Amino acid sequence: MASYFSAVLAIMRKDLAAEWRSRQMVTAMLVFVVLVIFIFAFTLDIDTLTRRQIAAGVLWSTFAFAGTLGLNRTLATEGERGSLDGLLLAPVERSAIYFGKTLANLFFMLVVEIFTLPLYAVFYNMSLAQPGLWLVLLLGSWCFCSVGTLLAAMAAQARSRELLLPVLLFPMVLPVLVASVRASSAFVNGLGLDYALSSLNILVVYGLIMPALGFMFFDFIVEE
Amino acid sequence: MISVSQLSKRYGYRLALQGVNLRVRKGELVAMLGPNGAGKSTLLRILAGLAQPTAGRVEVAGCRLPKQATGARAQLGYVGHQPLLYEDLSADQNLDFFARLYSVPAAAARIDELLELVGLQQRRREPVRGFSRGMLQRLALARALLHRPRVLLLDEPHSALDLQTADALDEVLRAQARAGATVLIASHDLDRVGGLVQRAVLLADGRTAATLPKAKLGRRLPAHYQRALEQSHG
Repeated sequence: MASYFSAVLAIMRKDLAAEWRSRQMVTAMLVFVVLVIFIFAFTLDIDTLTRRQIAAGVLWSTFAFAGTLGLNRTLATEGERGSLDGLLLAPVERSAIYFGKTLANLFFMLVVEIFTLPLYAVFYNMSLAQPGLWLVLLLGSWCFCSVGTLLAAMAAQARSRELLLPVLLFPMVLPVLVASVRASSAFVNGLGLDYALSSLNILVVYGLIMPALGFMFFDFIVEE
Repeated sequence: MISVSQLSKRYGYRLALQGVNLRVRKGELVAMLGPNGAGKSTLLRILAGLAQPTAGRVEVAGCRLPKQATGARAQLGYVGHQPLLYEDLSADQNLDFFARLYSVPAAAARIDELLELVGLQQRRREPVRGFSRGMLQRLALARALLHRPRVLLLDEPHSALDLQTADALDEVLRAQARAGATVLIASHDLDRVGGLVQRAVLLADGRTAATLPKAKLGRRLPAHYQRALEQSHG
């Protein structure tokens, strides 16, 4: 029997290899984010200061919708092709599937963020040389993916999963989005760590609780 | 090796299996025959740990299901209606992924051996997306054999295979049984599996209707049963 961590890594590597070959999901996410950046940049007729003040909100709402696109595919395609049964047949803990998928989703989301942040920096007058901002991106994305993968597994069994996932997901990630926007805004607008600390605390707690729930309940979710 | 007693499975109001009893010994090759909707696939999915029984006792390779499902899964190979493969990955990558999940020792050599066995050595680096149904079925068999399972469950394994490949599959299954594996095949094609198996269990409306020993497999089945099978066969 594969050890827990090697199973997690194998599942993550498999998702990355499949995406590397098809390049469907990340491409769709990237195109979506770039389009939104341009639409907001050209439709919001506001001065530079206001633009920087709203940057964090635009940033996170775009990443959240792009992330939902990816999450919708992550387990749905497994279900459609019957390959989820192949995973469920393997003698590994079911929660290893959850963590493998969550890490793969996190990777895809971070790739999209890294490629699109320079565009945000240009259009929203943001500096990217802020370790705090990168920490928020990492924490916020981890929280989003840990709850998103769990809910995507639930929605994957439903016929109208494309509709169901956002309906389930957004109420659940609202605290994450609010905390991420506040913390990012603090760093982007130079307010410093003190202002961002309470939001960072929320992200850390959420980022511990959601994976723990995934560890406990993923088995029941993917059960017939 | 496989022991099922008083197994029932309910989907909503419909009883897919009702009080099924089945025992398959080590090294035995057994067919489960029945028309469409008889409950064959449901029974195989329960044995594979992919579905939960509503009632009854199920034991596979000495592990009680669903409690010891992880232990049972390590010892069984399953070929279902779908190939359970990733179409964006190549044959090689698919087998390598499952070899990691099953911790197959000397995985590269085992993958070579199996691709040779199922005749896919030449296409090993191509994405599975471009494979024909028959090739997918052969690769699914390689996936199921990867970890040298003690129990093999196959759901209509001959479907989509040409005559030559189907005969080759029969040889592989005989060799597995000779090596001590327990093989249970669900089929509605008595002509195809009749010569392969040692006995057949007939399922009808979710119940075990009869057990036919090898000597009786060549003969005509009871008329109502034969009719139902022929209708399934299309």
